[in-house]
Amino acid sequence: MLEATASPGTSPQPGLHQLIAADGSAVTDELLAPFVADVDDEQLRGLLGEMVVIRRIDFEATALQRQGQLALWPPMLGQEAAQIGSVHALEKDDFIFPTYRENGVAYCRGAKLAGIMSTWRGSANTGWDPYEFNMATPQIIIGAQTLHATGYAMGLAMEGKESLAIAYLGDGATSQGDVHESMVFAASFQAPVVFFCQNNHWAISEPVGLQAHAPIAGRAPGYGIPSLRIDGNDVLAVLAATRWAATRARSGGGPSFIEAVTYRMGAHTTADDPTRYRGVTELEEWAAKDPIARLRAFLQVRGQLDAGQEAAIEAKADAVAAELRAGCIGMPDPAPMSIFDNVYTAAHAILDRQRDHYERYLAGFAGTAEVNTLPAGARP
Amino acid sequence: MTTLTLNQAINAGLRKAMEDDPKVVLLGEDIGTLGGVFRVTDGLMKDFGSHRVIDTPLAESAIIGTAVGLAYRGFRPVCEIQFDGFIYPGFDQIVSQVAKLHMRTHGQVRMPLTIRVPFGGGIGSPEHHSESPEAYFVHTSGLRVISVSNPQDAYTMLRQAIASDDPVLFFEPKRRYHAKGEVDLDLDLSRAPAMGAARVVSAGTDVTLVTYGPLVATALDAAKAAADEGVSIEVIDLRSLSPIDYGPLEESVRRTGRLVVTHEASETLGLGAEIVAAVTERCFNYLESAPVRVTGFDIPYPPSKLEKHHLPDLDRMLDGVDRALGRPNSLSGLEG
Repeated sequence: MLEATASPGTSPQPGLHQLIAADGSAVTDELLAPFVADVDDEQLRGLLGEMVVIRRIDFEATALQRQGQLALWPPMLGQEAAQIGSVHALEKDDFIFPTYRENGVAYCRGAKLAGIMSTWRGSANTGWDPYEFNMATPQIIIGAQTLHATGYAMGLAMEGKESLAIAYLGDGATSQGDVHESMVFAASFQAPVVFFCQNNHWAISEPVGLQAHAPIAGRAPGYGIPSLRIDGNDVLAVLAATRWAATRARSGGGPSFIEAVTYRMGAHTTADDPTRYRGVTELEEWAAKDPIARLRAFLQVRGQLDAGQEAAIEAKADAVAAELRAGCIGMPDPAPMSIFDNVYTAAHAILDRQRDHYERYLAGFAGTAEVNTLPAGARP
Repeated sequence: MTTLTLNQAINAGLRKAMEDDPKVVLLGEDIGTLGGVFRVTDGLMKDFGSHRVIDTPLAESAIIGTAVGLAYRGFRPVCEIQFDGFIYPGFDQIVSQVAKLHMRTHGQVRMPLTIRVPFGGGIGSPEHHSESPEAYFVHTSGLRVISVSNPQDAYTMLRQAIASDDPVLFFEPKRRYHAKGEVDLDLDLSRAPAMGAARVVSAGTDVTLVTYGPLVATALDAAKAAADEGVSIEVIDLRSLSPIDYGPLEESVRRTGRLVVTHEASETLGLGAEIVAAVTERCFNYLESAPVRVTGFDIPYPPSKLEKHHLPDLDRMLDGVDRALGRPNSLSGLEG
């Protein structure tokens, strides 16, 4: 038969690195443990707090889309540990190349909520300065950013820096030629780049088994890139694995690949209807592996999360949600003539002429109703 | 006749082509279980099987490139590129292989691919989801390029495209997917208008307004509005962008003496540039005024809150008509 068939080897299995099990109990992993030996309960509560906050951002943004305040939103529900654990392994000088779903990473890296939302409201293509906190803007073209991260890392190596670049990608992206070419280049030039693949099991409607007949992490060694397959819903494992890769990159060890096995609990975007292609059983199975519930249990069982600390986390999430909502609803529409801005760095005669003509055109509507809403015949 | 939306008409055309020819296979992302993000392939995997409606991994170059291999083997692949802005990873295969193989092999290898592309803006999407890349493909020799504007043409011309032994880029106006129209599902292809034929969709005498795809409906609205002001616009739906059927354009411009071309794509080297040049060559002595282009600007597609400023609408079309007619317009008083 011609069709791609689902592979059985795509759910968690032996070989999946983990430090906290789904029920919140500790797991021994000799490879990962040394990388988080310094992480204390205070820091764990911090990670929990950030996961709760970005989940709240996700809920709030989804609600705002339903209310017409956002044009679209790509939910990150279920992937909080993968986002928070990985971003916390990075230094300020490291550079992040995200996909459109790493909005939790962006928030924790320093992006303003209104800036993040401006993209999804349709007010701006992107909402932050990549050089302000070393994070590229969201990439929509699947896999393209892996080449950018590799090139950036090649630059770091040429300059003798100890920093790294990290490319976020999904399971679907691993089918794109760009991703394979980036791994070839990364290995050829021993670029200090980390490929952080969130296998969330679904590329819109296509299950990961259609894209990968064997675990994705198994591909990288074929390019000469060491890889780890980890429980992506275990924030401590994610932090440890990303530190492992970062340590390799900083010490001249070249590229690494991490497959963080997680699950997209929400729709691909708010325009998607996942009930058309996946069943509730699978959702329930993954709900039981929830990254936030797991860390909360891990802390509680040892008496490291009291009611006051929980309340503080919730209060922070409430405040962020309120800020997000206010920033989104109060966002001014961009100026019409700004469509001509930044196409080039310097004057461009043809575009300048078009800009001038459109300015004259709009001026003809001055004093009348808004352009494009006029009845026929009301034009200048 | 059956009332169908444009996406339903394409679905019906795919279904008919698959029923008629077992070598017709569909390839694309999310076209199977989901039925495509625009539901164009809804139900086809269920009825024809996953060996003929193939959910592919996410790789546009591979979708086109493997379709080339299938065509070598005698299949007639219909590829869906999920959004206009996703076609570029497949661009190399289209330009270097699909378009050239027939000539390269002295006519021995045929490439009867149909590459379906939802295109154009107006649906409030993020970047890469609203582009109009048709000119790249019209510029590429060896490809036929179609853009449909209504359900009947969508049904008929998709079948013609699949039946064509040449590769066809089939541009679907995504903001018109839900526009309804009457469709004759029993239409005999041998009696249908040729795939390459342009059509006068509204007769007029004062100015010729040429467009295709998503803007045909807007142009018809403009013609109605102009009629209220006593201006008679003839609207021509190109239907085929490669080749362009200049017959109806020449005939029209010889009567009206005035030409306006409108499309969403950028102005520079867009279809308007080619049409204005060709019509000027052919009808120079009949022109009463300089031809006018009303197009998207030479900018990357803007964020959706501003797309209404980029996309030609009724008012901008009528302003262009005023320029062609020498009536007061937004550029009155400017030289050139």
